[in-house]
Amino acid sequence: MASDKSVIIKIKRQDNPNTQPHWEEFELAWHPGMNVISSLMEIARNPVTRDGKPTTPITYDSNCLEEVCGSCAMLINGRARMACSALVDKLDQPIQLEPFTKFPVVRDLTVDRSVLFENLRAVKAWVPIDGSYDLGSGPRVTPEEQEAAYPLSRCISCCCCMEACPQFNEDTGFVGAATISQVRLFNAHPTGAALKRERLAALMGDGGIQECGYAQNCVEVCPKDIPLTRSISEVGGEVMKQAIGDLFHK
Amino acid sequence: MAANPKIIVIGGGLAGLSAVIKIAEMGGQVDLFSIVPVKRSHSVCAQGGINAAKNLKGEGDSTWKHFDDSIYGGDFLANQPPVKAMCDAAPGIIDLLDRMGVPFNRTPEGLLDFRRFGGTLYNRTAFAGATTGQQLLYALDEQVRRYESEGKVKKYEHWEFLSAVLDSNKVCRGICAMDLRSMEVRTFPADAIIVATGGIGAIFGKSTNSVVCTGSAQSALYQQGCFYANGEFIQVHPTSIPGEDKLRLMSESARGEGGRVWVPKTAGDKRDALSIPQSERWYFLEEWYPKYGNLVPRDVATRAIFKVVYEHNLGIDGKPMVYLDLTHIDRKILDRKLEGILEIYEKFVGDDPREVPMKIFPGMHYTMGGLWVDFNQATNIPGIYAAGECEYQYHGANRLGANSLVSCIFGGFIAGPAAVQYARDQKAASSNGHFDAERKHQEENNSMLMKSGGTENPFRLWRELGELMTKDCTVIRYNKNLQQTDAKLVEMLERFRKVNLSDRTQWANTSVVFTRQLYNMLQLARVVAQGAAMRDESRGAHYKPDFPERDDKNWMKTTKAYFAPDADEPKFEFEPVDVSLIPPRPRKY
Repeated sequence: MASDKSVIIKIKRQDNPNTQPHWEEFELAWHPGMNVISSLMEIARNPVTRDGKPTTPITYDSNCLEEVCGSCAMLINGRARMACSALVDKLDQPIQLEPFTKFPVVRDLTVDRSVLFENLRAVKAWVPIDGSYDLGSGPRVTPEEQEAAYPLSRCISCCCCMEACPQFNEDTGFVGAATISQVRLFNAHPTGAALKRERLAALMGDGGIQECGYAQNCVEVCPKDIPLTRSISEVGGEVMKQAIGDLFHK
Repeated sequence: MAANPKIIVIGGGLAGLSAVIKIAEMGGQVDLFSIVPVKRSHSVCAQGGINAAKNLKGEGDSTWKHFDDSIYGGDFLANQPPVKAMCDAAPGIIDLLDRMGVPFNRTPEGLLDFRRFGGTLYNRTAFAGATTGQQLLYALDEQVRRYESEGKVKKYEHWEFLSAVLDSNKVCRGICAMDLRSMEVRTFPADAIIVATGGIGAIFGKSTNSVVCTGSAQSALYQQGCFYANGEFIQVHPTSIPGEDKLRLMSESARGEGGRVWVPKTAGDKRDALSIPQSERWYFLEEWYPKYGNLVPRDVATRAIFKVVYEHNLGIDGKPMVYLDLTHIDRKILDRKLEGILEIYEKFVGDDPREVPMKIFPGMHYTMGGLWVDFNQATNIPGIYAAGECEYQYHGANRLGANSLVSCIFGGFIAGPAAVQYARDQKAASSNGHFDAERKHQEENNSMLMKSGGTENPFRLWRELGELMTKDCTVIRYNKNLQQTDAKLVEMLERFRKVNLSDRTQWANTSVVFTRQLYNMLQLARVVAQGAAMRDESRGAHYKPDFPERDDKNWMKTTKAYFAPDADEPKFEFEPVDVSLIPPRPRKY
């Protein structure tokens, strides 16, 4: 469907971590079904700004485009969300795209989110199995337990919850909601519970769960509707219990 | 050679991570390369489930029946022994995943629940909600993170594989890769490498595959001397949601609950779907297949939709799309039975399928062909192994639903130990001069692209490639069109020389990376097109109206393409299929 309508997109660009950001504005012909990713693809096919200046294609992270790989998180009109499910027709124009502000910019809309994977390693977010050889079936799990675990296990590591959190910054070193929620997931698993004490210990002290200020922004922006605040309060209670216990056993 | 060899694994989806786990467990040292952080690999997209004949429903299922369904579904093109081995191993793989904490759906007793999928009569598919692939990948990712913290695995994320480093005896001694941020080209020595780089969806432009599924690594290895097998076998899913950026799956259950497929009878009808009266709609599936109607098998539905769009030119708005209509069904019924999948449509299209007919079209979905491997997952180049969708071994001419996840994990479990064993037996290279040579060669490729001052935008060229391949090289194949396709591919390779990058910077330059992939896509596309042109029969996903029958006498053969560098084009040879376990029989569902 040809149309005279156009789409205006303003993008905050930065050539590399050591340069200052600048804005570029693009005007694309509107067509049905556009989303933010398809707009970025269109700019790559014709990298010219609104005022006719040739420029470079936008650098951004993306992969599955089905909101399940967690790659294409960015600020869209100021909100942390996934670009693949951001439909142009549902956004106010000009559409403003910015990289996350709490993570180091690599280039344009790409930021370095490796801190989340480091955090997952620090809290031992895995089930400590004996080995990958055939040892028979796993522990019995009731449907109720599965239904509790499944939503937590759908976390796509997009880091939206961390970007939106007022406490997630360099001063606090806060670990963020996603990691805390994974601690809840693995502590609830019959075999995973073997590392429960270590996981809770990793969440004590500076940057740990105590940094949470209960702003509830995390649960607000989570694209997978993960009950993050519930995870924080449950794990917070466990951490508290363990800390008091430790005090008495010293 | 060292008892603790260094193995490089390329690709961190299910196949790659499975291999990593086995190698680490055997005492090997792994360098794991991936374009994206491995947790973001394409395996996350698999929704339905993973097959294993655990027979937990009292149906008398067995691994032999799983094996028979897989061979029959693959239309007798797969070598049978490795498929049998996979089906035999599948129940143990499910148990392992269960122990790793995958939140599989459960029965009231707390056991694994199984459901029924296409191409079988048994409840054989274990599943975790509607995101089984994601859950499986995460379980393996977590185990690999554990090995990483123990120092057994080193990850190179945001690195792209460029080529294998081969010594003067054509033995693989490592890889050449590029840091996608600093753009640095580097070589990495290894005793063996395992390629686990997934499907080739991007060759078809838009597909259900992820952005990284370009087939670039497979193509690079094919151009270095690896055989590429059965490239012509491409699975298309009949109902995907066409998007501006990609195709997303719409489950078959929409038709199962009464969805009707139609197009306006008049070409270019501009009216809203709902204002077109019944008498001016063509319910072509119901007309052509009165017995099954909208629920004809996937390949039949796919071909019918293609015919209506490309031969009758009746796609909606002249575009390749038809309606899948649920609006005649009561809202409450839709909400109860289909809510999850209707939400996907609403989220990514923005329309409510309860109110307006969905627009759907068949979408390229799975690559049955791939790097040729032996039963140990070894390619024909010593030291190069392959596992997962990037190799050809387990699905024959057509993959059964929920067999992909099990084939990835099983393939990785074979490839890892096989590579370690090979490395332990292997003698060291006599010199290492080939590392510098390969790095310089790849750096020159990059600087050539940077300097190239032509007029072709690589992203636009890619769009043309995708449209070309989708139109003539997927569902309905005619020799004349396939030959024209190959001629156009040659033309595009010529145009590629005049490519012009609009980005010449040396930091996180996605244009250079993509343009390199595009070249490899063009080379591999010729393997697909020529392989399809050669195979004068219809088998599984490969359908030629001029040769509508399966021809076991002439074509029960594996296609093996190899790159002839002097001619700069594919050459072909054929290998008989091992049908030693199940005698071929006609495939009639």
